[in-house]
Amino acid sequence: MNEFLDALSLGVRSMFAYQAVFFALLAMGLNLHFGYTGLLNFGQIAFAMVGGFGIAISVTQWGLPFFVGVLIGLVAAVVLALLLGLPTLRLRADYLAIVTIAAAEALRLLFRSVSSTPVTGGTQGISAFNTGFLDLSPWSPAGRYDILGTRWSGVELWTVTVGWTLVVLGSLLIFALMRSPWGRVLKAIREDEDAARALGKNVYSYKMQSLVLGGVFGALGGMVYALGTGSVQPDQYQNANTFLAYGALILGGAARVLGPVVGAMLLWFIIAFSDSGLSALIGNGVSFFGLFQLDDVFDATDVAFARFIIIGIGIMLLMIFRPQGIFGDRREVLLDAR
Amino acid sequence: MTHAPHRALVHGDRTGPPGASRTGPRPHRTSSGRWSSARRPLVLALLLASFAMVFAALLPSGTAQAAGEQVRGTLTTGSTGPIAGVEVTVTTAGGDEVDSVETDDAGRFAIDLPDGAGDYTVTIDEDALPEGVTAGDGASRDVTVEENRRLPVTFALTDGEERGSGRILAVQLFVDGLRFGLLIALAAVGLSLIFGTTGLTNFAHGELVTIGAVVAFFINATGVPLVAAAVVAVLVGAAVGALNELALWRPLRKRGTGLVAALVVSIGLSLALRYLIQTVYGGRSNAYTDYQSQRARDFGAFAITDRDLYSIVIALVVLVGVALMLQRSRIGKAMRAVADNRDLAASSGIDVNRVILVVWMAGGALAALGGVLLGLSDQVQWDMGFRLLLLMFAGVTLGGLGTAYGALLGSVIVGVFIQMSTLVIPNDMKYVGGLLLLIVILIVRPQGILGSRARIG
Repeated sequence: MNEFLDALSLGVRSMFAYQAVFFALLAMGLNLHFGYTGLLNFGQIAFAMVGGFGIAISVTQWGLPFFVGVLIGLVAAVVLALLLGLPTLRLRADYLAIVTIAAAEALRLLFRSVSSTPVTGGTQGISAFNTGFLDLSPWSPAGRYDILGTRWSGVELWTVTVGWTLVVLGSLLIFALMRSPWGRVLKAIREDEDAARALGKNVYSYKMQSLVLGGVFGALGGMVYALGTGSVQPDQYQNANTFLAYGALILGGAARVLGPVVGAMLLWFIIAFSDSGLSALIGNGVSFFGLFQLDDVFDATDVAFARFIIIGIGIMLLMIFRPQGIFGDRREVLLDAR
Repeated sequence: MTHAPHRALVHGDRTGPPGASRTGPRPHRTSSGRWSSARRPLVLALLLASFAMVFAALLPSGTAQAAGEQVRGTLTTGSTGPIAGVEVTVTTAGGDEVDSVETDDAGRFAIDLPDGAGDYTVTIDEDALPEGVTAGDGASRDVTVEENRRLPVTFALTDGEERGSGRILAVQLFVDGLRFGLLIALAAVGLSLIFGTTGLTNFAHGELVTIGAVVAFFINATGVPLVAAAVVAVLVGAAVGALNELALWRPLRKRGTGLVAALVVSIGLSLALRYLIQTVYGGRSNAYTDYQSQRARDFGAFAITDRDLYSIVIALVVLVGVALMLQRSRIGKAMRAVADNRDLAASSGIDVNRVILVVWMAGGALAALGGVLLGLSDQVQWDMGFRLLLLMFAGVTLGGLGTAYGALLGSVIVGVFIQMSTLVIPNDMKYVGGLLLLIVILIVRPQGILGSRARIG
């Protein structure tokens, strides 16, 4: 019982941790792409990676101030979006999907390769770039703070504060945009691209704007994550994270302003709760309905992978049986392929 | 999810906004011959370096491993094959010997470090190396082992026999690339046929590849010869393909699930399967027990091990068989008919669902075979299929989505391109080149070499 409560409190804590902010921002970007515009971006993690490395490289390698680093990260995300969108946005949806996932993997391989080690630090990555960020913190980075029975370090507290502020501001921005004529065009493109074009809208340009804006959200997410962990390593930005973000988006409900935010919080609750719950079960040698011992099948390291299995099955079931997630509107998410 | 190929019929050929041109300049093809003649001295130097490399079992870093520190590696050169019976000694920074082992038949060594993380020196017995083989940059390595890390240690062995042989790096890489491309093609033909007949972009196709390799590995590990294990793996692949269709995709088609939703479902399936495989199989890369200690056979301009040669032959025979099947047999014609126009095929009396089931089974079997062969040359890993998937997409897109022959041609080109690109870019970036090729193709010729314009939207 005690372990259950521990798992529960860990779960609640991780709903607000910087990882949840990271996925909320990733999923908000994907919501713009997939939820509102109908674009299939499977390389969202690449935007996060250029965001994180944008700060890290500018600060440590080029000796620039922190905020210039942020700016460079955002510009890099915009450039990446333009590069990805230019060839693919005229083509059918699955071409963008293939190109984005390929670009994300290619960028990760490029960043971790031996020859780019002088710039990106190779597989070791870069650390110690967040002093400019921590100097602004009202809390002492080394301090420990207890909030409602959960413990946070000063670094975490500051990252989380900034992160959730970004999430709130971003949500407000998306809310306003989607009520504007611009947002209505995006939804029109999602529903019927030809109709939007027949009304004289430059569909290509609108799609591109959506891709760029969503990519900027992804880059912000990557920055929050980089500042939270205090380091950037290419292998932190695995493709699977994009799919986790999709899981969060579909869980919360696509094409809803708060869908991705709630989805990301719930996702992290599920992940943290099942991680610690499974670990506890394995530690206690519980058997699976008397059929086999749980610790015969899973050992402690497998628990970290169990989350991906759960999320993968969860994405499938949600997409089949409740594609609108918790908040979504079913009519808005039944996309036809383009 | 069943109507993708007919969109052109419904909506008419879609054209871009005025002024937008889809036809860019034709892809510029560089002839490989130019490289080899202009760069002969460099090529030979590279040849020596690359063939005398000792490959360590490269684990994907960052994945958590079971507790316990270890140093491990493999002693092998291109011409001698794996080198067995070489004593490898590990000493602590203070000079105390931790352990010493001899490399096994596959040239591998692994030494547990009971003292845990710290600095160690790994030394190989240079005198025990075969004649002509020397440790090019020293016979010992100072390494720092982190906690719970199984650290791969590489020794760059220089192979004296290589000197003066008539191999040309470009030719060697071309042959390697041909082999790799044929393996991609084996898996990609199924991917392309499934896309052609159902419109589904199957992101879980890579897992079919991994399943083939992993099943063959587990059966092979119990002592069954690899050939028999491969046959079983291919049958399992076909069964998994059939299961995919019957348990998931056919019901989804009946529900009228959209193409995009189906695509996302396949991603969820891929994620779940991939990490399920990792849970069962583990994060390590393993080689099969058979055919490991093979010397590369010298063919003048290039050298190749028997297992790679047979891989090429098997892949070629199977792919020609698939082509003949598509061209001549009833079911093959039915497949092409369904891929061309599903409704017309159905109204001509073709049982579309049966055809799609056969496509899935064939796709699963071919992917599994590709996985077995890939595991033979590159070792078995839990995410090998997913890494191959992106190259399959590159091949399929290059050849033309939905066309079986296009997938074949495109995959071989991608394989050759990836291997030959190491002439100019570092080895660990070769996949980047392949993926960039994919993006470039989409800019200049989105329908691919053999694809038709109607498909691209």
